[in-house]
Amino acid sequence: MDTLLKLTSIVKSFGGVQALKGVSFDLQAGEVHAIVGENGAGKSTLIKTISGAHQPDSGTIEIQGQIVRHLSPAHAKTLGVAVIYQQPALFPDLTIAENIALGLERGGAWRKIDWRARHRQARELLDRVGANIAPETEVRQLTMPQQQLVEIARSLGTNARILILDEPTASLSDREVHHLFGVIRELKKLGVGMVYISHRLEELPQIADRVTVLRDGAYVGTRLMAEVDRAEMIRLMVGRELSAVFPKITVPLGEVVLETRNLSCRTSGVMDISLKVRAGEILGLAGLMGAGRTEFARVLFGLTPADRGEILLNGKRGSVDSPAHAVQLGIAYVPEDRRRHGVILEMPVAANTTLAILRTISRGGLLDFAGERGIAEKFVKLLGIKTPSVSAAVGNLSGGNQQKVSLARWLATEPKVMILDEPTQGVDVGAKAEIHKLMGELARRGMAIIMISSEMPEVLGMSDRVAVMHRGRVAGVLDRERATQEAVLEMALGHASEVMA
Amino acid sequence: MIARYKREFSVSLALGLLLLVLGIRRPDFFQGRNILFLVTDAAPTLIVAVGIALVIIARQIDISVGSQLSICVVVAGLAGRAGWSAPAAAGMAILLGAAMGCLNGLLVAFVNLPSIVVTLATLVIFRQTLLYWGEGESIQNLPATFQWFGAGQAVGQWLVIGISGAVLAVAMAVTNYVPAGRAIYATGSDFEAARLAGLKPKWVTFGVFILLGGLTGLAASLEAVRKSQLGPKLGDGLEMRVIAAAVVGGIAISGGRGRLIGCLIGVALLQTIAPALNYLGFPPEWEKACQGLIILLAVASDAFDRKKGH
Repeated sequence: MDTLLKLTSIVKSFGGVQALKGVSFDLQAGEVHAIVGENGAGKSTLIKTISGAHQPDSGTIEIQGQIVRHLSPAHAKTLGVAVIYQQPALFPDLTIAENIALGLERGGAWRKIDWRARHRQARELLDRVGANIAPETEVRQLTMPQQQLVEIARSLGTNARILILDEPTASLSDREVHHLFGVIRELKKLGVGMVYISHRLEELPQIADRVTVLRDGAYVGTRLMAEVDRAEMIRLMVGRELSAVFPKITVPLGEVVLETRNLSCRTSGVMDISLKVRAGEILGLAGLMGAGRTEFARVLFGLTPADRGEILLNGKRGSVDSPAHAVQLGIAYVPEDRRRHGVILEMPVAANTTLAILRTISRGGLLDFAGERGIAEKFVKLLGIKTPSVSAAVGNLSGGNQQKVSLARWLATEPKVMILDEPTQGVDVGAKAEIHKLMGELARRGMAIIMISSEMPEVLGMSDRVAVMHRGRVAGVLDRERATQEAVLEMALGHASEVMA
Repeated sequence: MIARYKREFSVSLALGLLLLVLGIRRPDFFQGRNILFLVTDAAPTLIVAVGIALVIIARQIDISVGSQLSICVVVAGLAGRAGWSAPAAAGMAILLGAAMGCLNGLLVAFVNLPSIVVTLATLVIFRQTLLYWGEGESIQNLPATFQWFGAGQAVGQWLVIGISGAVLAVAMAVTNYVPAGRAIYATGSDFEAARLAGLKPKWVTFGVFILLGGLTGLAASLEAVRKSQLGPKLGDGLEMRVIAAAVVGGIAISGGRGRLIGCLIGVALLQTIAPALNYLGFPPEWEKACQGLIILLAVASDAFDRKKGH
C-alpha cells in the first residue's frame, strides 16, 4: 500500500500551552484512519496542521512521499488534502453548481462562465456520492447531510486523495449515516485515504481500519481497529495520572437550593433535565462539546426560557423567563465567552461590578457613588484584581483580571446559585488556582455552585457530584467517589446511562 | 482631567477661536440682541440633540426627528389657533412626539428591524402624511396669548432658553446619577452583555426612542411659540443638524460612549458657523461645506483615538 500522509513528531504550542506534544500519524491509500480523544486532546490542532491552517513548531509532514515545509492551506489543497468540517462551509445563497465550481474552476475574474459545463460537472460529482439533488438548487435549501455530500463531491472534483472528515456523523440520522458509510467505502476503493474524527466510538468498527488515540496533546498509540474494543479505547483516552492537587474542602451540605424537573427547551436542544444542587455543593457538569451544558445554563438563566418542566428555588417554583428574572431569584451566570459579553469594556471596573445590582446601590433613585466605590474596592481586594483604580476602564485590564471583574459582578448580587461556565478557560496557572480556591470558599459560605468544565481533572477535582450530559440529556450523575475518568467519559460518549446519586 | 475631556476641550477651543476671529474682525457680532437671537434659535435644536444623543449612545439612530418636529409644530400651531394655551399645546405636542417615537421604538426594539431603515421609512411616512393632511399650508396669525407663552418676546426668549437649559441639565443628571442612564450606556456598549447582566436592553432601546419623540415634541412647541409662521417644512434637515452636533460633541456613533455636555458644545459650534461666515463676508454656500468638514474631523479623531486605545 502506498503512504499518502506521514506526520512525524509534530509539536505545536499556542502562547506557552503545548497543544501537540510530538504526535506521529500516518495514512495509507484506501484506508480510514480514525482519531479519538477527549475535548482538548489535540484532534482539531492535528487536522489544522494537515490542512495547512497551522504551522507546526517542529516535526515533519510528508505528503505522498514528499517532505513539505511551510504548508499553507492553498498548498495543501493542491497536494490533494480536503477537509469536510462538521458544519459545512458552503455559501448558502449560491447554488450547488456554483459552490462546487468555486473550488474547481481556474481563470480570471472576467472570464466567460460556461454554465452548461458547470452544471454537467456538478451533476457527475453529485452522482459519484449518490446524491440525487439538482445542481441548480440553492445550498440554503439543503439539509445538513445533503450539504455534507456536496462538500464531499466538491473535494472529489479537486481530486483530493486525503480527505479529513471532522465528526461527519454528529448530526446525521442512522439512515443518513448508513448512506455516508456507503460513500466512504466507495471512496476507499478509489484509493482515497480518510482521516476520520468521531466521538461515536460504536460506529468506528464499522468504518475504520485503524485508530489513533490522543490525550492532552500527546500521542498515546495506534491500534488496528479489529484489535481494540470500546473499553480499551476509553482506557487509552483517559489513562492519565491525576497529579494536580485541587483545594477541595469538604463542607457539610445544606438544603436543596436549586432543583430542575424535566426541564426542556426544544429550540436549544435541552431535554428533560432533572438535577438538584444543595447549599455548599459544587455540581460539575461534564460532557463533550455540544452536549448541551452551556445550553442548559442558558435555560436556567432565562436566556432561552424553558418550554417544559420546572425550576424550583428553595423548594418554591419559580419561572425564569429573562435574565433579569433570574437575577431577582438569586441565580448568577458567569458566561463562557467573558471577553465578549462578561464585562463591558468601555465601562470602569466600579460600574462593571455593580451593573447587576444597580437598584440596590441607589438611594432614592440616585446612584450612590461612594457605595459603588466601596463595593468595587472590596471585590478588587477580595479577588486580587490588578487594576490601577476602580475607575479604570475594564478594557485596559488583562484577560484574567477582566474575568475576575465578571466574577465580582455576580458575587455582588449575593446569589444563592452560581453557574460558572468554563471558569478557568484561558487563564494562567496562578489565576486558575485562585479561582479554584475562591470556589471552595463560596461553597463553604453556603452557595450552590454549578460548574461547567471541559477539563476532566478540574471536574473530578472540584465537584462533589458530577452530572454528565450527552446530546442534551443528563446521561448520569456520579458521586465524588464513583466519578472516575473512565466512568465520566463512558457516559459522555453515551450508552451508559445510569443514575447513582 | 484634560485627557478625559479632550473632545469637549478641543471643540470648545475651536469655538473660542471662531469667536476670537469674529471679535477682531467684526466686534458688532457681539451685540446683545444678536447673541440673544442666536441662542434662542439654537435652543430647540439643543433639546432634540440631547434626545438623539441618548438614542446614539444606545447604539441606535433616528433620522425621522425632522418629520416628527414638523408634525408637532403644525399640531401645536393648530391648537394655539384654536385657542389652546401654550402649555396645553406643548403637552399635546410632547404626547404626539412620544407616540411617534413609540412607533419607531416598537419596530426597532421588539420587531428587531434596523433603526436606520425604520426611521427612514417613518421619516417619509410622517412627512407625506403631514403634507397631505395639511395641504402644505402654513399657519399664521397665532394669538398673542400663545406667542412667547403670552409673556412677550423679551421674557419669552429667556423662557425658551431656560427650558432647553433645564432639559440638558436634567438629562445630564439622569445619565450620570440614575441607574436607567447607566443602562443606556451598557446597552449601547454591548447589548448581549447588558442582557446577561440582568438589565433589559430591549426596553432601554424602546425607551430612548420614546424619550427622543417627547423631547422633539417639546422642541416643536418652543418653535411654535417663537415663530410667526409655522410651515410643514420647519423640521426639514433637523436630523442632520442634531446628529452632527452630537457627533461633534463626542457622542460616539458606535454607541456606549460620550457625554451630554458635548451636545451643548456641538450645537453651539455648528449653529455659530452660518452667522459667523455671514459676518466675515463669506458666501452662504460655505456654511454646509464647513459643517461637513467639522463632522469629518470629529469622526476621524474618534477613529484615531480608538486605534490608539488598542
